[in-house]
Amino acid sequence: MAHVPYQEALPLHEPKSFWTRYVWSQDHKVIAIQYTLTAVAVGLVALVMSWLMRLQIGFPGSFSFIDPSTYYQLVTMHGMIMVIYLLTAIFLGGFGNFLIPLMVGARDMVFPFVNMLSYWAYLLSVLVLMASFFVPGGPTGAGWTLYPPQAILPGTPGSDSGIVLMLVSLILFIVAATMGGLNYVTTVIQARTYGMTMMRLPLSVWGIFMATILALLAFPALFVGGVMMLFDRLLGSSFFMPAVVSMGKMLDYQGGSPVLFQHIFWFFGHPEVYIVALPAFGIVSDIISTHARKNIFGYRIMVWAIVSIGVLSFIVWAHHMYVSGMNPYFGFFFAITTLIIAVPTAIKVYNWVLTLWQGNIHMTVPMLFAVAFVSTFTIGGITGLFLGNVVIDLPLSDTYFVVAHFHMVMGVSPILVVFGGIYHWFPKITGRMLNDTLGQIHFWLTFLGTYAIYFPMHYLGFIGMPRRYYAYEGYQFIPESAQDLNVFITISALMVGAAQFIFLYNLAWSAFKGKPAGSNPWNATTLEWQTPDTPPSHGNWGDRLPIVYRWAYDYSVPGAEKDFIPQNQPPAGENPGGAATT
Amino acid sequence: MVQNSSEQHRPLTVPEEWRSGVHNRLTEISTDWSSDQDAFKNVPWGKAMMWIFLVSDTFIFTCFLTGYMTVRMSTTEPWPVPSEVFALTIAGHHIPLILIAIMTFILITSSGTMAMAVNFGYRRERHKTALLMLATALFGASFVGMQAFEWTKLIVEEGVRPWGNPMGAAQFGSTFFMITGFHGLHVSIGVIYLSTVAFKVWRGDYQSRGYEIVEIAGLYWHFVDLVWVFIFAFFYLW
Repeated sequence: MAHVPYQEALPLHEPKSFWTRYVWSQDHKVIAIQYTLTAVAVGLVALVMSWLMRLQIGFPGSFSFIDPSTYYQLVTMHGMIMVIYLLTAIFLGGFGNFLIPLMVGARDMVFPFVNMLSYWAYLLSVLVLMASFFVPGGPTGAGWTLYPPQAILPGTPGSDSGIVLMLVSLILFIVAATMGGLNYVTTVIQARTYGMTMMRLPLSVWGIFMATILALLAFPALFVGGVMMLFDRLLGSSFFMPAVVSMGKMLDYQGGSPVLFQHIFWFFGHPEVYIVALPAFGIVSDIISTHARKNIFGYRIMVWAIVSIGVLSFIVWAHHMYVSGMNPYFGFFFAITTLIIAVPTAIKVYNWVLTLWQGNIHMTVPMLFAVAFVSTFTIGGITGLFLGNVVIDLPLSDTYFVVAHFHMVMGVSPILVVFGGIYHWFPKITGRMLNDTLGQIHFWLTFLGTYAIYFPMHYLGFIGMPRRYYAYEGYQFIPESAQDLNVFITISALMVGAAQFIFLYNLAWSAFKGKPAGSNPWNATTLEWQTPDTPPSHGNWGDRLPIVYRWAYDYSVPGAEKDFIPQNQPPAGENPGGAATT
Repeated sequence: MVQNSSEQHRPLTVPEEWRSGVHNRLTEISTDWSSDQDAFKNVPWGKAMMWIFLVSDTFIFTCFLTGYMTVRMSTTEPWPVPSEVFALTIAGHHIPLILIAIMTFILITSSGTMAMAVNFGYRRERHKTALLMLATALFGASFVGMQAFEWTKLIVEEGVRPWGNPMGAAQFGSTFFMITGFHGLHVSIGVIYLSTVAFKVWRGDYQSRGYEIVEIAGLYWHFVDLVWVFIFAFFYLW
């Protein structure tokens, strides 16, 4: 029994009440918006935190309310929120929820109820995390990697209850991500519509699909690490805790291994980079192809690059641990695997560039963000090659070079894609276009501003400025002129942060007052633009599921009437294969 | 619905003379696996989802067991001998691992009754199915009961705590409570899950939809058993 007919035969229950339609909704589109709005809200908290951090570094001592403990709390919460609660949630819970059923031609996720639970568990995890701001001692200041022993030792900010709430929140997030992730993967492999083969899936779906698989296999490690650290913190066990003298007192811990936590954490932590990057890769491919009016260059190799990056991402984790005191032979192995990952990644960059080559490029706002992504990702990727080498990593480890690297490659780059994706799909979500002028202003401030922030950090790292320090006064090896750069970076960061409020204003204004978009404003081929209603109604497709006849990239096909052929357009009489190629 | 999909998006087709039998076989495999609608034919959504969940859960238990093995090797104090810790004196005989042996036997037996329940489910004999599922759940509940007995004995009589024990390395207690506790939680959830499904099977809820749900519950149950075999081997026999 094939299951699409089953899907088509399902009675469509249209929720009537406001509560079941918009609050406890089981509709993947509403859940996607809920996920996105929550992630953006919590991301704003983290944005303000980065402002405060930069104010302290740029103008040390001028802000009396930022003491060293507060500074560490800001660093920790900024990192954790941005990586997990913003980027992971928005790519999988937001874009994944919205795009997967629409792009594969399904009515909804396979288990809408579980999907709804996923969002509520995510909201709960966010609330628990936010609660840590209000407990005695405040949130944890252990750094986003939460390395023991210091994460749970007295003296670290938030070691009494902040760390507990952080770990509980992470465990809740993992439960949420698992419930959502099972839905996304099952929907992609088992609930595609007629004719939608895996090799006709848009790359966005491939990216999100692979990232979700990574999430399902990597989050267990974080779960286990979190449970073990909770045991150490609450029950006094010694998984990660060696015998420690703290504040002149011998603690009861004995015989644990802090390096074990690092292995467990990075077994999650490195795939996490690709959980954020792979959806970005996919979405960028679709945006570039659509707005360059040209088929994506090397579709198959793009798919296999996504798959091979996903597989390789599980055997590179210890490149985060070159200075942890591992066996040096491990460094040799992990350096090699790390550099091998550069191959599929570089293939993807070449293919984006080759897609642009001789394309009919429309410099729309989503396209600007997509091209900007290729730029920032290339820069961040190249510094990754530096840091992947053991000998170069050793002096650069824990300097601002590392900060610059990971912000370029997994901070700025994915967030540019989030913006690009929102500008691209906003017309489908709301039926209205985002304001173009505000979008251009937002883009240029953000794009140039991020270079202004992170480019100087590479230099600061090379002269040895360590990361995570509260203040840099009185260190002989840091020239005084470094402070000028710090001030410059701080001012840039304030401006880039402020630019995001233009974006928020644009979102709110355009949702009600924007120019009506029509069903397919970008003339795109993929299925989500071919829905009978815009915004798509409950069940997405009306009475009949769409039938897919071609791949997702039939742009500028020679001899075709228009410069795009939607995936569900039947082949013309004399062109039975729908052959886009030739 | 799918017309020669492998040809459609390939701008450069591989010349015929390059194609070996192997190449053609590989193309056929990938075409079959990536064909439209569903990758796994005739597999209901719930079953696919359960398999994927179990893979994810496997990673959780693997991390737990790997963490346990690492701390066991890195700890500074000697590890207590499991066969002596987990021994019972029954009628004057000191028998090592006797309780664990019985628990393991019960859990594996429950896999047998579960497999029979699946079989009767597909034959649509719903009362037999429900009774066998209930038997499975009862075996599971007795497993949890014996585990509770084992925990009580360790805590009350032997003085084992997560932060230390009189026999040796402190991590012995913490890994034991963490891993068997997490597994026991799985068994308890399984007992509730099986009882619920058994009740609905008895009531006839699945007469029209079919009895795949029994197999899906069975997948979970067999997985929990399989995990126990690994815990048994790595924790009790090592």
